[in-house]
Amino acid sequence: MADLSTDFLGIKSPNPFWLASAPPTDKAYNVERAFKAGWGGVVWKTLGEAGPPIVNVNGPRYGAIWGADRRLLGLNNIELITDRPLEVNLREIKQVKRDWPDRAMIVSLMVPCEEEAWKAILPHVEDTGADGIELNFGCPHGMSERGMGAAVGQVPEYIEMVTRWCKQNTRMPVIVKLTPNITDIRYPARAAKRGGADAVSLINTISSITSVNLDDFSPEPMIDGKGTHGGYCGPAVKPIALNMVAEIARDPETQGLPISGIGGVTTWRDAAEFLSLGAGTVQVCTAAMTYGFKIVEEMKSGLSQYLDEKGMALSDLVGRAVPNVTDWQYLNLNYVTKARIDQDACISCGRCFAACEDTSHQAISMSEDRVFEVKDDECVACNLCVNVCPVEGCITMERLEAGTMDERTGKPVEPVYANWTTHPNNPGAVKAAE
Amino acid sequence: MTNSPFTPGIAPARLDAQTLSANFDDLHPPLDGHEALVAADRCYFCHDAPCITACPTSIDIPLFIRQIATGTPEAAAKTIFDQNILGGMCARVCPTETLCEEACVRETAEGKPVEIGRLQRYATDTLMAAGVHPYARAEPTGKRVAVVGAGPAGLACAHRLAMHGHDVALYDAKEKGGGLNEYGIAYYKAVGGFAEAEVDWLLKIGGITLHTGKALGRDITLEGLKAEHDAVFLGMGLAGVNALRAEGEGRAGVLDAVGFISDLRQAGDLAKLPVGRNVVVIGGGMTAIDAAVQSKLLGAENVTVLYRRSREAMPASRYEQDLAASKGVRFIFNAMPVAVLGNGSVTALRAEYTRSEGRSLTGTGETFDIPADQVLKAIGQTLEGAPEGIEITGGKIAVTGAGRTSLPGVWAGGDCAAGGEDLTVTAVAEGRDAAEDIHASLIG
Repeated sequence: MADLSTDFLGIKSPNPFWLASAPPTDKAYNVERAFKAGWGGVVWKTLGEAGPPIVNVNGPRYGAIWGADRRLLGLNNIELITDRPLEVNLREIKQVKRDWPDRAMIVSLMVPCEEEAWKAILPHVEDTGADGIELNFGCPHGMSERGMGAAVGQVPEYIEMVTRWCKQNTRMPVIVKLTPNITDIRYPARAAKRGGADAVSLINTISSITSVNLDDFSPEPMIDGKGTHGGYCGPAVKPIALNMVAEIARDPETQGLPISGIGGVTTWRDAAEFLSLGAGTVQVCTAAMTYGFKIVEEMKSGLSQYLDEKGMALSDLVGRAVPNVTDWQYLNLNYVTKARIDQDACISCGRCFAACEDTSHQAISMSEDRVFEVKDDECVACNLCVNVCPVEGCITMERLEAGTMDERTGKPVEPVYANWTTHPNNPGAVKAAE
Repeated sequence: MTNSPFTPGIAPARLDAQTLSANFDDLHPPLDGHEALVAADRCYFCHDAPCITACPTSIDIPLFIRQIATGTPEAAAKTIFDQNILGGMCARVCPTETLCEEACVRETAEGKPVEIGRLQRYATDTLMAAGVHPYARAEPTGKRVAVVGAGPAGLACAHRLAMHGHDVALYDAKEKGGGLNEYGIAYYKAVGGFAEAEVDWLLKIGGITLHTGKALGRDITLEGLKAEHDAVFLGMGLAGVNALRAEGEGRAGVLDAVGFISDLRQAGDLAKLPVGRNVVVIGGGMTAIDAAVQSKLLGAENVTVLYRRSREAMPASRYEQDLAASKGVRFIFNAMPVAVLGNGSVTALRAEYTRSEGRSLTGTGETFDIPADQVLKAIGQTLEGAPEGIEITGGKIAVTGAGRTSLPGVWAGGDCAAGGEDLTVTAVAEGRDAAEDIHASLIG
């Protein structure tokens, strides 16, 4: 069994699976159950400043989208930060950290954008013995309208400023949680780094309306006939999160900045993908809210088996895929593949044919007896057939060896790497010196 | 309860009312809303789907399943009825395991096809339960068509003709419409008076007048019908039954399986139906299976199906055979009846093993006796009362194209017509297509 123990900013946890700041981490009862179930750490649900508790709506807080068999693919919420009194949360954090010293205990914070507010709360958090803080600059609903959450996270200067206040006023490591509701994730990440952040975590939820009730004509979740945008999460957001993590991991200005990856982590595979793109830990919420805390057992056994099979340590996996993330212009245009259909595995559903014939390149033929074959002279290797085929591994992409004729172009496959920057059709191509 | 499965001879009430009721309940209970969504989600929405090709009425199955999956079972039902107005019955009685579900790519992939039959029932039941009839008649054409036989072929034909604005006189020899749906389907395949309700629902289109108790050749004649109508469709099925041609066939206790099934379907109280302690069913088709299974469910102690050819050659599907076996029916293959033994009443059936060489079958000379209080003959039905002068081929009415007979202005379809399998769904397709052809000839 591979060793899954993790050291992130000096914060140790028995595995890289943390529960994200969210309802599952709102009180000692849940967090203790999570630790018993085997979670490596938690980010306690966001605390606000002392005073009258936060008020939540009293109707539905969540909306969802589903796939086949009502599998939950995406969840959105309009819940706010913790609505429990600050002192209760602080007392429980202290008690849980004392009882579970080997687990990571991060406290998420969101107070008004004034130095005094941050100065006031930080000593109380420090007093709990928590391992670190996460600045919630992400929530897209409710708090952002009050100048907090995403309202801060969308302005890099504010991120830098608040991060600096925190670094100046606490000895605890500071993780800055980023909102994806921006155009380029690198700017807020760079700002966090300039402000002295020890790490960033991402993504927070995405502004969304999950559905519209076609009887009441109200967005879901509906509160008395009205709805508002919520924060979207779950398996559906993973591709967005992976890209943003990768962008930060490979940006020269933020390269090496520790990352805690968040966004649709549902299985060990998802976690491994985040780790390979540079995340040191992952945070999970929707999967736990869908299936309960027990899923961490599969995450641990799966990641461990994978590392054993690869003969890798966990630290070898972190960032392993980052060098392979590049810009489109550097992709090798002499990498030529063709779709190949395994006739023994094919169940003759014809979806590849419908997709290719109706919407792509007319590169699949269909015989009277429902045999589907790729026309190499038409196939541009777009991969759509692979993606719509219901049988895993039935259609694959095979590379044409250098020197082989590409029947579509009528030219042999070139043996050398060549990309857009040097392509003759590129007006800005850099010509080699003659 | 006075009797038991061990009561000698032929006796009613071998099982208590509760057991009988459970035995004859829906073979495949309907899907509830959640089950239907789960089942519908498995459909891949294949291109030019093999299930459509496999359906004799070419129902657009992927489309109706997608309509169920998206919460519009009523639209799904319309998709089904557009092709097959008896889609409700076909959902219950079609041998889907040899039609759409056999062709389903998930049968290829996992050996577990999408449950097309049950999904079809979910959709059609939903619409029919609402009591609405989704079709309206076209402007009246003033043309009149006689349809003989209110079974699947006749009903499908009549409905399609009525839709096109023709007036239809629908005749049936029995007291109720529905044909084999009403009289010939195993009880547990269409419970709750479904066949009758379906006929009532179908007739809601209007323009169809049902005349029951009118048999061709007895109460009405083809000449008479032709004189008063612009076209005639014959769909009277196969009313005759083949003879066993074995010594002692006349002994008490030897019955036609068709009659046995019909009595069962029409029985108000199953406990009043007599059944043998030892029942032997002769034959290898669906009628044989239905008679055997129902004998067992009525409380017969031993039920044996005797079929002269091999299991592989049996017309009843492996699925039907397994269903019968699961109910405790025993199969004897490669054996034929040679004599019905007994004194007045049957006591045993003497059978002889067979050997087949190509199509020909010969006895091996080795015989054996099976105890029997009741022998049910399910060895095929024959055409009865075919009008004079009509061309017959292979014992059925010869047809070309969409059911055109040798007589001008006369069409035929369903079991009485040559070609096609003798299935409800095939009869519906033939009735529908003949109606379109009749319509074209009347309007053109």
